[in-house]
Amino acid sequence: MVFWQSPAVRIALSISVATGLYGISFGALAVASGLTVWQTVALSFLMFTGGSQFAFIGVVGGGGSGSAAFGAAALLGVRNAVYGMQMNRMLRPRGWRKYLAAQITIDESTATAAGQLAPEEQRRGFWTAGLGVFALWNLFTLVGALAGDAMGDPRAWGLDGAAVAAFLALLWPRLTAREPVALAVVCALVTVLVVPVAPPGVPILVAAFVAALWGWRSRGAKQEGVEQDVDAQRYEGASANGSAGTSKELS
Amino acid sequence: MSLWNWLLAASLVAYATKLAGYMVPAAWLENEHMTRIAGALTIGLLASLTAVNAFSAGDSLVLDARVGALLVAALALLLRAPFLIVVIAGAATAAVLRLSLF
Repeated sequence: MVFWQSPAVRIALSISVATGLYGISFGALAVASGLTVWQTVALSFLMFTGGSQFAFIGVVGGGGSGSAAFGAAALLGVRNAVYGMQMNRMLRPRGWRKYLAAQITIDESTATAAGQLAPEEQRRGFWTAGLGVFALWNLFTLVGALAGDAMGDPRAWGLDGAAVAAFLALLWPRLTAREPVALAVVCALVTVLVVPVAPPGVPILVAAFVAALWGWRSRGAKQEGVEQDVDAQRYEGASANGSAGTSKELS
Repeated sequence: MSLWNWLLAASLVAYATKLAGYMVPAAWLENEHMTRIAGALTIGLLASLTAVNAFSAGDSLVLDARVGALLVAALALLLRAPFLIVVIAGAATAAVLRLSLF
């Protein structure tokens, strides 16, 4: 399939633009919080995980200490370890690619990959979204840091509505049976219940824990849809070398 | 420590956290049980990201223009609209609602 015709690539590029533009508000806010332009640019390039970056400048802007900013950013990034585990299992990057993949493992790249069913599309989705967001996020961070908040709030353009729609659209293809729908509803509810009582970033971790528990206890028929990527992995095994799927054939 | 040092330390921890996930051997995750957990985790994470982006503002719950974006996106998906149309519909809904209501 030609790169530009891949549905995952098109999804990844639209997510890259919508998310990248948010870099403007990060850049503007970081400078307003008292960071220099260089510190702002360094955060987007080196830390590269939006939630942690906003937490870091939020603490600094609120007069908090460097150590408190460090703690908030570190806590918010914990979900990326869960994403890393998922992506390693799904994409199997080798050698140096693993170290590059780690840096671009964020909400958007993980969600784009997870929203695809075929292994090739998962791979294309992850790398295009990860590198696309990285390029645009850094570019627009610089723009925001230099231009200040003259460009206004991205929410006025509806970019936060775009994010909601994008995540729902990635979830949608997986809601093919009663069990995945129930699981999605439970995890959304758990998230909403935890938001008021925990720091940002933690609700996603709690939902992930509930989902893992659900998968752990699940004894239903295979067709119920929760383990949808099994078929994709088998397909990959069959087409690549015919042996990758063996460990799953035991059941 | 200066702010620069905390900034670099926090960035290093952010990268180490991401990499830690990749260091869990994929072979450990290669069985029926882990496959189910991974599948459930995918759905749970996507549902949670949707909810966080629709209803949260920092550590509080907010009902605002984003709820409209969520409903319109769901409607577009029911009508089998392509991804880009869904995203644009969500953005347009949030922008228009904000202009007219808030």
